Amino acid sequence: MVERNDEPLAHKVAGYKPDLLLSEDHHLCPGCGEPLAVRMLLDAISELDAAQKTIGVVGIGCYTTFSATMDVDIIQALHGRAPSVATGAKRMRPECLVFTLQGDGDMVNEGLQEVLHTAARGESVTCVLLNNGVFGETGGHMTSTTVIGQRTKNSLEGRDAGYHGYPILIGDLIARLEGTAYAARGSVHNAAGVAQVRRMLKRAFETQLRGAGFTFVEVLTMCPTGWFVPTADGPGYMDKVLGSVHVIGELKART
Amino acid sequence: MNIPRPTRGTVLIATERCKGCELCIPACPPRVLSMSSEVNGKGFRFPLLAPGCTGCQACLLVCPDFCFEVYQFETEVG
Amino acid sequence: MARRLMEGSEAIAAAAITAGCRFFAGYPMTPFTELLENFARQLPPVDGVCINAESELEAVGMAWGAVATGARAATGSTGQGLSLMQESLSEITRAELPLVVFNMARGQGDYFQATRGGGHGDYRHIVLAPVDLAEAVQLTQWAFHLAERWRNPVLIYGDYLLAHTSEAVDVTPIDFGELPVKTWAVDGTLGGSGSSRNVNPLGFEKGKRGIDPEAFWNRLAAKHEQIACEESRFEAEACDDADVVVVAFGTPARFARHVVREMCAEGLRVGHFRPITLWPFPAAALAKIAQRTKRIAVFEQNAGQMIDDVRLAVLAAAEVVPIGGISTDSSGFGVGPMLDVERIRGRVEAVMEIR
Repeated sequence: MVERNDEPLAHKVAGYKPDLLLSEDHHLCPGCGEPLAVRMLLDAISELDAAQKTIGVVGIGCYTTFSATMDVDIIQALHGRAPSVATGAKRMRPECLVFTLQGDGDMVNEGLQEVLHTAARGESVTCVLLNNGVFGETGGHMTSTTVIGQRTKNSLEGRDAGYHGYPILIGDLIARLEGTAYAARGSVHNAAGVAQVRRMLKRAFETQLRGAGFTFVEVLTMCPTGWFVPTADGPGYMDKVLGSVHVIGELKART
Repeated sequence: MNIPRPTRGTVLIATERCKGCELCIPACPPRVLSMSSEVNGKGFRFPLLAPGCTGCQACLLVCPDFCFEVYQFETEVG
Repeated sequence: MARRLMEGSEAIAAAAITAGCRFFAGYPMTPFTELLENFARQLPPVDGVCINAESELEAVGMAWGAVATGARAATGSTGQGLSLMQESLSEITRAELPLVVFNMARGQGDYFQATRGGGHGDYRHIVLAPVDLAEAVQLTQWAFHLAERWRNPVLIYGDYLLAHTSEAVDVTPIDFGELPVKTWAVDGTLGGSGSSRNVNPLGFEKGKRGIDPEAFWNRLAAKHEQIACEESRFEAEACDDADVVVVAFGTPARFARHVVREMCAEGLRVGHFRPITLWPFPAAALAKIAQRTKRIAVFEQNAGQMIDDVRLAVLAAAEVVPIGGISTDSSGFGVGPMLDVERIRGRVEAVMEIR
């Protein structure tokens, strides 16, 4: 409650940063969608009261900065390698909530076989994908999830199928594997989307804690720098260009 | 004509942390945020709050720089 | 546990489990496959986990995750598979994790890979090279202790002969002494405390902005220098008044040692020196021996790898002569015709006859 002599009573609804974030400071670009997803990830852990039994395995990308500021036990992995590290950690600490945090360059380029094998094996871990269709940290080049027509540093006219081939719709691919118990794709293009991501993450974590199998949450995030759009246009571009191919929704939910 | 709008909530804005991305402006349902004309220490314009906030948290959810702290009043104000 | 006849792969897995190893991940490849099979058989009864990883890269990743939680964990392969793991192995060293790695090598051609490391950056692995199964069983147990003592990977250089020979061995647990508690091990429990854990090869520290790579890498290099001062091991026989000292490592050294003992029994002035730690290479001990002998004969089954370390240790103190070479069977995995005591003796005698 905030109360001063002449001011009306109010209660705090939400603080600047999630409880499990040590600092609001980061060097990510204006309009970046990744911090929004990280906020939802940490909120989900707090809401499940799981902070003291969580192990996060972080990949390499712009979001790697959060491995120093997320207040949960962290193992920093290499580009693409988080799913196997998460597997080893979960097998030795089966009571823990184990998640990976990876970008699309990390998970779908370098680490494609890792995430597919981990899902197929039905490992009780949750892989979280921050998908913006670019290699953000190294300067904005195309990845395996870049959609046809999407602008990146080496597809300035837009990705061309004949020249660059087609994107991999990783969420859909993972949903088809028998070992996957829950797969969902969300997007942080507006407040409702952001809130939906938190619900998806909670559902994935709950499924993991039930021991039901592999869980996966893909989050489309804005990268106006990589897409060469003004920051305010990031959400609209993402919704129209990425969202029309990587479709939002729950892709699989085994009961 | 300005119709007075009920103010049910308010936000504190960490204006020095803002990077001027403007994502909060269209995210706010009652449209009570607008960008300043002056700039902060980093050189970015930052959001200003007008009456009519409902404390819905939409701005907090879409802000990449954790610039908002959201409150709701016990009773409607103004 | 009494001595019983065990195949190398079985005994080495048993030794690892005796030392507390409870996680193994690997990918089949000759002559390593039986080690994986044995872990798969022996770990579940002690509530351990063995995963048949879908690739070597995923095997080392899984072992990384397991060892980061504080469990005693290992992985392995043969040289080719270890080639695939090199990025992870060098970063695991920077993350200061006590991983044990087995190379069941296709001969002695992986000496450079093991001792120089095939990964990037400044890093060192402790490398142990057993001469026979009895020593392999001891070194395997010691590896887990050593790895934790220094928070550094330890590599065991085995081979086809070691993996596939059966000998009578005793896998009794060896007590190497106390070790510090693993406060760094990630188990989730410090989440939300403000001091949550961070196993990190990049040098990030929890709650701190930015990294200082120079300080981080210097600290690691200083640790490796300290290991080099404290952990080199070797075996030396009859070197005090030898005209020729034969240097060899691993299972071929058993043959070289046999030749030296035979020649000594006949009154010939031949000695034998065997590095047990390939890194840190026992350079100081070999340098001392080189002062008192005329020739150092290096017997290794490759195109000349350990001989570089011998030359660096000996410098101008004695003449260094290679008496080994590439020798293998038609599969390329196993034992060649040069690994024969009569042939080896002939080469040592030739060195002794040089005027």
